[in-house]
Amino acid sequence: MKKLKQWVKTPTFSNVSASIAAIVMGLLFGLIILLVTNPSQALPGFVSILAGGITGGAQGLGDVLYTATPLILTGLSVGFAFKTGLFNIGASGQLVVGAYVAVLLGNLDLGLGGFHWVVAFLAAMVAGAIWAGIVGFLKAYLNVHEVISSIMLNYTGMHLVNLLITQTVYDKLRNQTQPVLQTANIPAMGLDKIFPDSSVNGGFFIAMIIVVIVHIILNKTVFGYELIACGHNPNASQYAGINAKRNVVMAMVIAGALAGAAGGMIYLAGAGKYIRVIDTLHSEGFMGIPIALLGLSNPIGVFFAALFIAYINIGGFYMQLYDFVPEVIEIIIAAIIYFSAFALIVKNIIARYQSKAEEKEKSKAEAAEISAEGGSQS
Amino acid sequence: MDYIIEMLGITKEFPGVVANDNVTLKLKPGEIHALLGENGAGKSTLMSILFGLYRPEKGEIRKNGEVIHITNPNDANDYGIGMVHQHFKLVHNFTALENIMLGVETVKRGLLDMGEAREKVMALSNKYQLFIDPDALTSDITVGMQQRVEILKMLYRDNEILIFDEPTAMLTPQEIIELMSIMRSLRDEGKSILFITHKLEEIKQAAQRCTILRKGKYIDTVDVATTSKEKLSEMMVGRKVDFAVHKGVCKPGREILDVSHLTVLSKLSKKNVVHNVSFKVRAGEIVCVAGIDGNGQSELVYALTGLGPVNAGTITLNGKDITHSTIRHRSEMGMSHIPEDRHKHGLILDYSLAKNLVLQSYFKEQFQKNGFLKFNEINAYADKLIEEFDVRTGQGGKTLARSMSGGNQQKAIVAREIDMNPDLLVAVQPTRGLDVGAIEYIHKQLVEQRDNGKGVLLVSLELEEVMNVSDRILVLYEGEIVANVDPKKTTIQELGLYMSGAKREEKVV
Ligand SMILES: Nc1ncnc2c1ncn2[C@@H]1O[C@H](COP(=O)(O)OP(=O)(O)OP(=O)(O)O)[C@@H](O)[C@H]1O
Ligand SMILES: [Mg+2]
Repeated sequence: MKKLKQWVKTPTFSNVSASIAAIVMGLLFGLIILLVTNPSQALPGFVSILAGGITGGAQGLGDVLYTATPLILTGLSVGFAFKTGLFNIGASGQLVVGAYVAVLLGNLDLGLGGFHWVVAFLAAMVAGAIWAGIVGFLKAYLNVHEVISSIMLNYTGMHLVNLLITQTVYDKLRNQTQPVLQTANIPAMGLDKIFPDSSVNGGFFIAMIIVVIVHIILNKTVFGYELIACGHNPNASQYAGINAKRNVVMAMVIAGALAGAAGGMIYLAGAGKYIRVIDTLHSEGFMGIPIALLGLSNPIGVFFAALFIAYINIGGFYMQLYDFVPEVIEIIIAAIIYFSAFALIVKNIIARYQSKAEEKEKSKAEAAEISAEGGSQS
Repeated sequence: MDYIIEMLGITKEFPGVVANDNVTLKLKPGEIHALLGENGAGKSTLMSILFGLYRPEKGEIRKNGEVIHITNPNDANDYGIGMVHQHFKLVHNFTALENIMLGVETVKRGLLDMGEAREKVMALSNKYQLFIDPDALTSDITVGMQQRVEILKMLYRDNEILIFDEPTAMLTPQEIIELMSIMRSLRDEGKSILFITHKLEEIKQAAQRCTILRKGKYIDTVDVATTSKEKLSEMMVGRKVDFAVHKGVCKPGREILDVSHLTVLSKLSKKNVVHNVSFKVRAGEIVCVAGIDGNGQSELVYALTGLGPVNAGTITLNGKDITHSTIRHRSEMGMSHIPEDRHKHGLILDYSLAKNLVLQSYFKEQFQKNGFLKFNEINAYADKLIEEFDVRTGQGGKTLARSMSGGNQQKAIVAREIDMNPDLLVAVQPTRGLDVGAIEYIHKQLVEQRDNGKGVLLVSLELEEVMNVSDRILVLYEGEIVANVDPKKTTIQELGLYMSGAKREEKVV
């Protein structure tokens, strides 16, 4: 009990509770939308959101993990850049460039056997890293704001990939990429046994490992020390002789590699997904922003935020049983995302509440003391 | 009633430290009441409680004898209490006028009515000689003017109880004299003033009574006129403080720093901010750059340390040309720098104290292996510096720099830079905001550096410090060195003449 009380006073607690508060507010908002659009089915629909992947049993849960995998990585991508004081709004572009390279290599028989998917996946990371590295370079050496250049590179990347697909791995009939070779698909690593019939694969494990690696880079290394210092106070970092330019480039390169990895995960899953040649940016890239916010840019926080978003996404899928159009679930998720932006503000309110609660406890104790004294006197 | 404000039995705890322990403070109407205490004694905390920023765990506040409850700064304002903070709280991209109006805007038909506000502000500004440019952005005005904006903010709200938290730490001597006279005229108008400062001379000049805190505890409230400075400092530190700086004769050795024809162009005007400056610092001497603030000191230091540009001339450190070297290279060549602005350059406020103490050395073998930080070493090293330099915090090395008292933040920076054991220490206002005990300690450290055959370049606005600590004084006036004098052969008066440009040496080297 005492330990719990101690924990309640830590910043970790206020961070976690801020994110949860944001989620609850988002869900309530979603409920209101349900009530307005379809009162009779609102409650069962809402329950199915809350039940999320559970409704679908093991297959549903597996699909939650599958959906979460790229989201974890784009969330990390945006969060990592945030920590350095950069806003990486270009995860979509980095993702699609990575995806293309993965699919391209996945179509070639490189004679690598079991390593085929590893090479394709790593190449996706490299491609994303280069794409984001351009943004970092422009920022560091030509003072071009990263938001501007990364938005531009989102579209450049999309059109470039569309063009390249039609030249290389094009399936004309379906207007999409050709399927990759079987050896290029990330193996299930046993997850198919736990979650039969779902699309989940070993990519989820890889994402988990990447979460841990990013956590270590940020918190345990010289490099992370410098990156976060630049993010908090660029002037003091300059004073300390930290090479800010190199760090900006490196931070973007890593953020891009993470987004590129997400692209690899999506299309090397053997789940029947292909890059379609259409003029739409990948939503997984943009989802990284609210996920990073909801996870307060902390790698572990991002991991859970991505799982949550995936969970209600799958829940939304099952809502279709209750006469709901798929668009409604998108609005609800958008609402949660919208409120997640408040997470940081809520955090401050909670921090203030904590100190008040402390006071209350104290004054209660005092009151008890006084009444005890009074009791002994009478 | 005798007292306009009474704070009775105030107790406030932060993690690991009791910042105020049953403290009592009684303010009479129409007096200037000084609050004196070491760094971290709890002065800012006590004032923040009165201003509604913190809630105490125990104790009560009375105004004119009646218990009042202040839960936030708006309450404080309703009770006529205003505060100028130790680190100003102005919105950077707002104009002076907008900052003053913020929170009490006059609105006409849903639109801001600046006209009326402007009139009132300018009337106040004239009445109290608080000159400001109402339309200048905060980020563009001097520290002195920012402070006048803060004072006008209080007056604009018709506050009658005014709190000044270390208002003089950031000001030039001239500005301090002006501030003192403004405070006196406010008092003569019947306002009651609470005044925090570490400078005993200022207390003597302005205050009637003085309350002393030590380590969060109330010590005493005394009459300023009948209490000597020595007595005041003894009550505050708990021991006798030696104001004199003891040092043996200076035996300058080899050249450490050689600055030759250094010029820095101005961004704003045609005149150079640093113009053709040449000087040397030798091993075993403390050279001081004196001058009125804004005569090129900052730009000179930026050029030397690599934070700013050099347009002409050369800088040589230990015989190597470092004019265009990176900051890291200068640091590895043996230069340390205590910066002028501790929040802008000196600290990463959201890092712990321990992480801040290795800000210049985290990459060295001592603290990292294969790119991984050695937290055990870092924490042990931090504990060592905290102990040696008496940096007082709630939770030791784990304390967030942001939550430390202003003076202890400064001590941390000084500790870090001196412990680098540099050949050349560039110290800009190293004792700004420190209590007399800490100043004594830092001065000793500077002298010890010198006695160990290191060079010290001290930049200070305080003439007393300049005269006491330095072996040689360079006076900077409008970007040029106009005098190079021995402190033993000059007087404060003569320095004043050099500093104001009224006098200059024929040939300065
Ligand atoms: N927000 C905070 N969180 C945690 N600890 C704090 C906070 N503010 C102050 N403290 C601690 O309370 C103590 C008193 O701090 P305070 O700022 O009141 O000192 P001070 O007397 O104003 O010192 P200085 O002369 O250096 O400004 C210090 O030990 C400080 O570390
Ligand atoms: Mg203070």
